[in-house]
Formats: sequence, C-alpha cells, structure tokens
Amino acid sequence: MTVNMMTAHEVTQKVFNKEELFILDVRNEDAFADWKIEGDNFDYLNIPYFDLLDGVEGILDKIPSNKEILVVCAKEGSSVMVAELLSEEGLTVSYLQGGMKAWSEHLEPVKVGDLNDGGEVYQFVRIGKGCLSYMVISNGEAAIIDATRMTDIFTEFAASKDAKITNVFDTHLHADHISGGRKIAEQTGATYWLPPKDAEDVTFEYAALEGGNVVTIGNTAIDIHALYSPGHTIGSTSFVVDEKFLLSGDILFIDSIGRPDLAGKAEDWVGDLRESLYSRYRDLSEELIVLPAHFMIIDELNEDGSVAEKLGTLFAKNHGLNIEDESEFRRLVTENLPPQPNAYQEIRETNMGKVTPEEEKQREMEIGPNRCAVR
Amino acid sequence: MDVTKVLDAKGLACPMPIVRTKKAMNELESGQILEVHATDKGAKSDLAAWAKSGGHELLQDTEENDVLKFWIKKG
Repeated sequence: MTVNMMTAHEVTQKVFNKEELFILDVRNEDAFADWKIEGDNFDYLNIPYFDLLDGVEGILDKIPSNKEILVVCAKEGSSVMVAELLSEEGLTVSYLQGGMKAWSEHLEPVKVGDLNDGGEVYQFVRIGKGCLSYMVISNGEAAIIDATRMTDIFTEFAASKDAKITNVFDTHLHADHISGGRKIAEQTGATYWLPPKDAEDVTFEYAALEGGNVVTIGNTAIDIHALYSPGHTIGSTSFVVDEKFLLSGDILFIDSIGRPDLAGKAEDWVGDLRESLYSRYRDLSEELIVLPAHFMIIDELNEDGSVAEKLGTLFAKNHGLNIEDESEFRRLVTENLPPQPNAYQEIRETNMGKVTPEEEKQREMEIGPNRCAVR
Repeated sequence: MDVTKVLDAKGLACPMPIVRTKKAMNELESGQILEVHATDKGAKSDLAAWAKSGGHELLQDTEENDVLKFWIKKG
C-alpha cells in the first residue's frame, strides 16, 4: 500500500480537532519517555527503529486496522524506513515530515482576539514544545512578544499582514528556548526590549523594559503597558495590551504557575512570585484575557487551539493562585519541582549573547518539553 | 584496543549508521570489536540503545571534530 507524508501542521490540526491518530514512535525508549507528540485521542506504540531492521512482522498485531497511522522518529529518516516496511506488509501509513525536529519547531498561528481599533492579536502555538509567542498588529505596525528562534515565521507573517515590525519584547530571559527577539530586531530595525534586571550579563544593546513603560503600536494607539511581575526571573515583566489582554510571560499559566528556580534562586524569588500572583495581579481587572508564554499539558488548549483564559477564571480555578498559606506556597514552588529544561544553562547564556551555538546545536539544546511551570 | 573492523558511517543520516553497524556486526564473531565512525549526532544515543538491546557492549565512545567514534564488542 502507500506511504504518505504528514506535515507538522496537519498533525497540529488533529491535536486541535481532537482527532484520533495511532502514533508508532520509532525513537529509542528514553527519548519517547522524555517527550512525545501529545493529543487527547492519540494512541501510541514505541518500538525503536533498530529493533525493526529485520522486519515489522512482529508488531503487525499491535497496529490497529481502523485508525490512521503515523510513524514518527527524530529526524524523518527512520520513520520513512519503517513506514515503507509497513507498507510492504499491506498497510497504509504516514510518516511525519522532518520528524520530532520539525515538530519541535512548528508554530501554528491562532488569532486570539481583536483590538479596539480593528487591530488583531495572534498567538503562535509551538505545539511540540508548549511555547507561546504573540504578535500584536495595528495600523500597519506589529509588535512581537517572546519570539522563538524560528524568526522567518514571524517576519513572513507580519509581511503577509502588511505590517512593519516596530517593537520586539521578551517578558524575561528565557531558560527553555532560544529567543528570536534580538535577531528579528536586527533584521527589521525594530526596538528590542528586555527587562534590565534579567539583562545584567547580556552582551548586546537593548531597550530597558520597566514597569510603567508604555509602547504604542500603530498610529491609533494600541498601548502596551509593562507591569513588573518578578518571580520566575527577577526581571519578569507582564504586559497589558489594549486594556484587554494580559500577557503573563512565565509567571501565570492556565493550569499552573511559573517556577522560580531556573536561574538558581528559588528561595530568593519565591516571595516575589507570591507577591506578583497574589498582590500585583489581584489589582488588575478580572476581565483581562490571560495569554501566557507556555502551556504544559494539552488540556490547556481551547477548542480553537488557542491558550487563553479570563484572569477572573484563573483566580477561581488555578490551584497555584489559591494557596492561602504562604509556607505551603513556598513548598509547592521549591520542592518536588519537575526536571529542569534540557540544556537550560546553555540556553540562558545563548539568550544573553555570551555564546552563539550553530543552528543544529541550538535545535538539539531545545529538544524536549519546556518545563517552566509548577502545578 | 584490538579492533577487528572499522566502519565508516560518516555523512550518513539516521537510520543508515545503525543499519550499517548491524550488518558489519553480523560478520564478526562474539567478543570481537567493531569501531564505528559517524557524524549523525543522533547515533550516540541510538547506538548505545541498539547495542544494549542486541546484547552487545559499548566499550567506549568519543567525539572529536564532530566525528563520533564508538567501540562495540559483539555479544
């Protein structure tokens, strides 16, 4: 039978639409246990490709006949080989174009709302890694917040909307992924904003982003208000866009909150994290739509694939916002934390400009889930 | 180390380094050592996992100038 190619975009649509898919993941067992393609109605079988070199007869009875089948490996080559072996046995299967490497890099733009003057806000869902970036577009100008290193996707998207990128922000110095902010700013002449408290060791010029800054996008004044909200990092800054959206960075997520330990200072920053979440955010309108910089689990996605929820709803439902006892809160965010993201120290140094790894190396550093949250 | 055979898998992408390694291994006797050279970064974890699942012993591995070298003793 035939072997088809499935793109990361097509798999993303299946995640969003909660479709069924049977994934035969042929990476080795450690890689599969660490990180895989997540979907509400996806089923999995993990058999390393090197156990299938003599043929796939031994696993045919484990592959359902009534589901679409996708073979996945690290970079594509092995999944094509296994897909062809399955095809020779009479099955119709697909392989994932570009493998988990492409899955890690895929960004799906989802519109999350309109601005008062007719502008728009887009969320770029990095579905494989759980990173979320944003583009605010208004009257021919665009601002980008927390861009990933796949910068072409942002510059091409802005061009398709006839918008000039004028301002690029990072809410904090990221530890889980390499920022594309500086590169986009260099390419477009946009201003690159970073919180100075996170940028003490950076090797490049930037504009100091501080609480109270107001940046206007488009000539009809879409204001981006910066709100100092330390805790995940000492500089972490949130944004209120058009009095409607709260871009919460890595401080507040939908079903979890930020972890304070990725710069090695959990004990010092836990108080800041509590103050940001329990005091500074409490002063904001509960009608604000929270747009975080990450999701951790696929349940945090809305039906259209976006990751967004009213602040008031999060105050009611997010466990991390409902721990009255301060010492219990301290325990939650400093003990039993999930493993730290892959290569997070090297990623921080890359984002400071101290090291500039080759693209292949950058890719490898980012492999795996983001792990910036605690639940 | 008493190497019986050297396999050059440089420039080959996954799955070929393992496919070639497996083939070369079939020609060795138990206890003999195969030295493998590869440039595919994924070969590192995959060769280790493959050797383990096949009952072989990964004696040593090095990385120099982007070339990964492995010494595998046939089980």
